[in-house]
Amino acid sequence: MSSVVDTAAQSAAPDPATRIDRPHGRPVVDSGAALELVGSLLASVAAVWLVFTVAGLSAPFGLGLCSLIGFVVLYGVVEWRLHGILHAKDRLATLYVWLGAGIAFVPLAAIIIYVLVKGLPVLASHFPHFLTGDMSKAGPAEPVTAAGMSAAIVGTLEQVGLATLFSVPIAVFTATYLNEIRGWFSLVVRTVVDSMTGTPSIIAGLFIYLLWVYPRHTNGPSGFAASLALTIMMLPIVTRSAEEVLRIVPGSLREAALALGSPQWRMILRVVLPTARAGLVTAVILGIARAVGETAPVLFTAGGASKMNWDPFHGQQSDLPIQIYQLIFSPSVNGVREGWGGALVLVLLVLTLFVLARVVGSGRRSGSRSRRFAFVGRRQVDP
Amino acid sequence: MTTVNQLGAPTDQFGSAANHGAGPPGPGMAPAGNTPARLEATDVSAWFGSNKVLERISLTMEPGKVTALIGPSGCGKSTFLRILNRMHELIPTAALSGSVALDGVDVYGPQLRVTETRLRVGMVFQRPNPFPSMTIAQNVLAGLRLSGTRVQNADDLVQECLERAGLWRETRNRLNESGVSLSGGQQQRLCIARSLAVRPRVLLMDEPCSALDPISTGVIEETIRKLCHDVTIVIVTHNMQQAQRVSHNCALFLLDGEGMPGHIVEAGPTTQVFDDPRDPRTADYVHGRFG
Repeated sequence: MSSVVDTAAQSAAPDPATRIDRPHGRPVVDSGAALELVGSLLASVAAVWLVFTVAGLSAPFGLGLCSLIGFVVLYGVVEWRLHGILHAKDRLATLYVWLGAGIAFVPLAAIIIYVLVKGLPVLASHFPHFLTGDMSKAGPAEPVTAAGMSAAIVGTLEQVGLATLFSVPIAVFTATYLNEIRGWFSLVVRTVVDSMTGTPSIIAGLFIYLLWVYPRHTNGPSGFAASLALTIMMLPIVTRSAEEVLRIVPGSLREAALALGSPQWRMILRVVLPTARAGLVTAVILGIARAVGETAPVLFTAGGASKMNWDPFHGQQSDLPIQIYQLIFSPSVNGVREGWGGALVLVLLVLTLFVLARVVGSGRRSGSRSRRFAFVGRRQVDP
Repeated sequence: MTTVNQLGAPTDQFGSAANHGAGPPGPGMAPAGNTPARLEATDVSAWFGSNKVLERISLTMEPGKVTALIGPSGCGKSTFLRILNRMHELIPTAALSGSVALDGVDVYGPQLRVTETRLRVGMVFQRPNPFPSMTIAQNVLAGLRLSGTRVQNADDLVQECLERAGLWRETRNRLNESGVSLSGGQQQRLCIARSLAVRPRVLLMDEPCSALDPISTGVIEETIRKLCHDVTIVIVTHNMQQAQRVSHNCALFLLDGEGMPGHIVEAGPTTQVFDDPRDPRTADYVHGRFG
């Protein structure tokens, strides 16, 4: 009992010298506000369900949509009556933002979940073989165990890798030109880059087919040809995003470099590009993400193959989009299942590439580098 | 003109940058080095497009002295400062007449490339702008890397420049942290150290303290007082007390009216400009009666 009194006395009159400041906890959720939210939702669902049942309607989507609209209206009215119009507007605006984010997130999550549900059983039940084997023994009548994605994985990695190798230097040079040199010609270049962004991917495939695959008819389609088509797809995307990134490098840094007696090319190489490094990596990731999933340009140019082909320069090569395309349209149930497995492999591959690129892009000179310290609160002056 | 190097490093250490691709230096060409240079502007007029912003400015910035440029906003002080190391050329519509001579060599003439001019006439900006992609030590050495100069004992040079900029004590144990992890005042001193590393003979400062608190300002003024023995300093400031505290000579810029070009009303020793001005407008301005 006495100890309780002591603590009470201490908290009532704390000694300023020994008092420890503690941050306030997070504001407690207002149970009244939560009640209003949940209550409005339940009331709306119940009312709409009642109407649908009485009217004999059976439409789950319509029920959901009507409930949602009813909920928003009801919630707004409740807040208005209880707390006034200003509060109601604030709550409704918050609700709209959350709803919008939720609605935007739904299709994204749905795709990932659907691919997982369809593909995971195939990948898990034939785990090592589905990644290591190729499709040479698989056929419509064969079981899933005969199938493997290795040829497609190798093809995708080689084709996208080559395309990245070709497009990234050109794109970064072009972005540098557009942003650092300028002049009348940059208007022309920008227009061309913009119209390239809108080029249908099948045109890129057709272009490379006529330029490279068809004239060398004896050589035929190859992984290299596919990488050329993918380069065309990647170039404008990487260029435009790299340009945006270079544009936000502060002009004061360029001035500082020039005032130190730097020629322009060294200023770009040593100051502008390193400052924009993290953003440039993001630009490259955007380009890779676009290229990995492209089907139309590689259909013409890589041709697809059931056997493993390590050489991107000779012979037809498979890749994941082609493989998925062929399997999903195959007449056998097993083929379709393999296709879903392939889709999951593609999603996982993209994820791996993203993580890798992030690590390479921001972590190489770890610790003291740009992103970690750029936004850390400034330290006090030590005069 | 002999080049004195504090570290006793080979004297051609910076000569290689000065001659970078330009062949042997011509007679009378000012080498980069550790002695302050005389900077002389003669009849400088400047335009942005068709708008004339400076009217026949003639001003001598004496070696080893601090020259302050004062005057109201928009009267062309910063423009004049940027003309001194050709930074105003970054604005495409800028045009110029008159001449700027560095120890008798026209910086707009054929003897000096623009990069060589800027190597000799360094600049510190209004807002601290260390390179965020570099560490503190790399920031100090940035000018050498950017001008393609080899440096033998980089660690000594980093220490020397940070000491001269009054930043060594605070940063000696964190040289490998990012330059932007410093406070604003420290960043500005880092920018001064960065300018000093290429051994300029003139240092231009464009309101270097306007973004800083009084304590950091005091530290930077102390730095300026120490530096002026090695390098000629030209400083733009809106702070009359600062001009009185740090400068030996002073030039007052004024406009005659809206849209008119700026010109020098009075230039001379700071004590004279502040205590015994010849022009009544100077007296009014420095005592805060207008502007």
